[in-house]
Amino acid sequence: MKYFSLIWAGLYRKPIRSFLTLASIFIAFLLFGLLQSVSRAFESGVDLSGADRLIVAPKYSIVDLIPLSYRNQIRQIEGVENIAHRTWFGGTYKDPANFFPRWPVPAKEFLEIYTEYILPPEQKQAFITIRTGIIAGRSIADKYEWKVGDKIPFIADIWENKDKGPWVFDLVGIYDGKDETVSTDQMFINYDYFDEYRAFEVGAVGTLILKISDPDQSAAIATQVDAMFANSSDETKTSTEQAYNQMFAKQMGDIGFIMTAILSAVFFTILLLTGNTMAQAIRERIPELAILKTIGFTNRSVLLIVIAESVCLSLLGGILGLVMATMMIPGLGASIPFFIGLEMNPVTFATGVCAAIALGIVVGLMPAFRAMRLNIVDALGKHV
Amino acid sequence: MADNLIQIRDVCKTYHRGKMEIPVLQALNLDIQEGDFLALMGPSGSGKTTLLNLIGGLDKPTSGSVEIGGQRIDQLSETRLARWRSRNVGFVFQLYNLLPVLTAQRNVELPLLLTGLSGAERKKRALTALSVVGLEDRATHKPAELSGGQEQRVAIARALVSDPCLLICDEPTGDLDRKTADEILDLLQVLNRDHGKTIVMVTHDPKAADHANHRLHLDKGSLTAEIPA
Repeated sequence: MKYFSLIWAGLYRKPIRSFLTLASIFIAFLLFGLLQSVSRAFESGVDLSGADRLIVAPKYSIVDLIPLSYRNQIRQIEGVENIAHRTWFGGTYKDPANFFPRWPVPAKEFLEIYTEYILPPEQKQAFITIRTGIIAGRSIADKYEWKVGDKIPFIADIWENKDKGPWVFDLVGIYDGKDETVSTDQMFINYDYFDEYRAFEVGAVGTLILKISDPDQSAAIATQVDAMFANSSDETKTSTEQAYNQMFAKQMGDIGFIMTAILSAVFFTILLLTGNTMAQAIRERIPELAILKTIGFTNRSVLLIVIAESVCLSLLGGILGLVMATMMIPGLGASIPFFIGLEMNPVTFATGVCAAIALGIVVGLMPAFRAMRLNIVDALGKHV
Repeated sequence: MADNLIQIRDVCKTYHRGKMEIPVLQALNLDIQEGDFLALMGPSGSGKTTLLNLIGGLDKPTSGSVEIGGQRIDQLSETRLARWRSRNVGFVFQLYNLLPVLTAQRNVELPLLLTGLSGAERKKRALTALSVVGLEDRATHKPAELSGGQEQRVAIARALVSDPCLLICDEPTGDLDRKTADEILDLLQVLNRDHGKTIVMVTHDPKAADHANHRLHLDKGSLTAEIPA
């Protein structure tokens, strides 16, 4: 701490330059915080998947459908406890920007399998019995100020109904997650009504969801399912829910790779920019550093002072950027509800702080070595 | 008779510029007594500053020995030499060499950062050193807010603050007007006479050299004569 005045003096020597460098580091770590959180949100959707659930999907594309009749054959497989299904509904609620996932599902089986969705018994019963019924997650209901009993209209895009008009559903329940890690930003539609009223592809669903009794048997059951429909016109690909979610995310692009690529570009630029700034700052202060060595500062002290200066700048910019990202994430999460559990994870924050320290050390190392090796007589420019 | 504080024996110093060798000091012998105030004079390129750098432990001789207070400083490692400088030598330069973003008090405190003193004790000693040079009321001023003479006084306070036995002054009045230069030289005389500091000063200015107890003349790397002060 006793060297703080010296470190501060180094930074304050050119306040505008220090501020601009700080600002660039701030932006880099703001991006780091946001992108890492988005990346983690994708991963968390995968991690939250049940280990005892298998997804039976069309073999070749997620936009294909499979016959619901497969359900009866799959039910014969030993170890399959329950079967539900879901189909991407799409549709527009008032404005295309009001995006959130909507799925027609078999109410009873779906709620039996997905026990993490919690709703009062009377609402659960209403969802099972009322054909036009839908249930919405708490965050969706809060966002659009829906309450039980409301009629919710949707304009069709994928699924035209037989009247070629809007779909109108009755909100019969609002579900919560069993804990805060469970997403409440989806809406579920009673499948019977959807299937009866849609204009085409009756009896076809997006994926089947199998609840199995023993997760250790998942590979064997998946093999059995796919073998059952091999060489049919609707072949299947069965995987754990976790693997399916990963595959789904990859179809949207390798999010992890994209994030890493963007962050690498940002940090490489910051490394060059800050490195150049630090090098220039040290070049300008050679006589001052020579004086420090003259009055008795050792080479090691000078090395550490320069590195500490670089780390201070990087750490300050990094922490400010990460704090700003933490403040922005709730707003970002509200505008993109598809991201499950978008939040600033403590691990992300800690990783950011470590990255800021590492950046400071890497950037400060070269100028610090130069300062350390400084010859006093040469630096003061006096030989004879 | 006082003891010799500084003993220089057969010192040679040669610089290398590419393949060219430039001999600066040749077989130089010099004794300086404790409590002396010595002015080193000579034309540019005569080796005055090189000799001063060797005495101050800023550089090492190519051959020969430099013994100060009984210690062979030419044999010390870089780190030990730095520690030796911090305890035994105060430096005053022509261009003051203060850190521009630090106040006068903070500049004076710099050598004390190398000690185990508390912040309060460092501040107290820095203010005492500033009062010795008559600048206690300028403690919070930065170098840009001080005159040249005041800056040099702050530099002298910085040189004094760790109470070294030896002050090395390289053209301390070279950048000052006559009146201010005389004030600085008077201050150095007081430090020598009343505080017992041994002072070695390089100067081109005969009037500055008049303030010293002895004058030595260097020419082409050799001491040519002692001029009575």
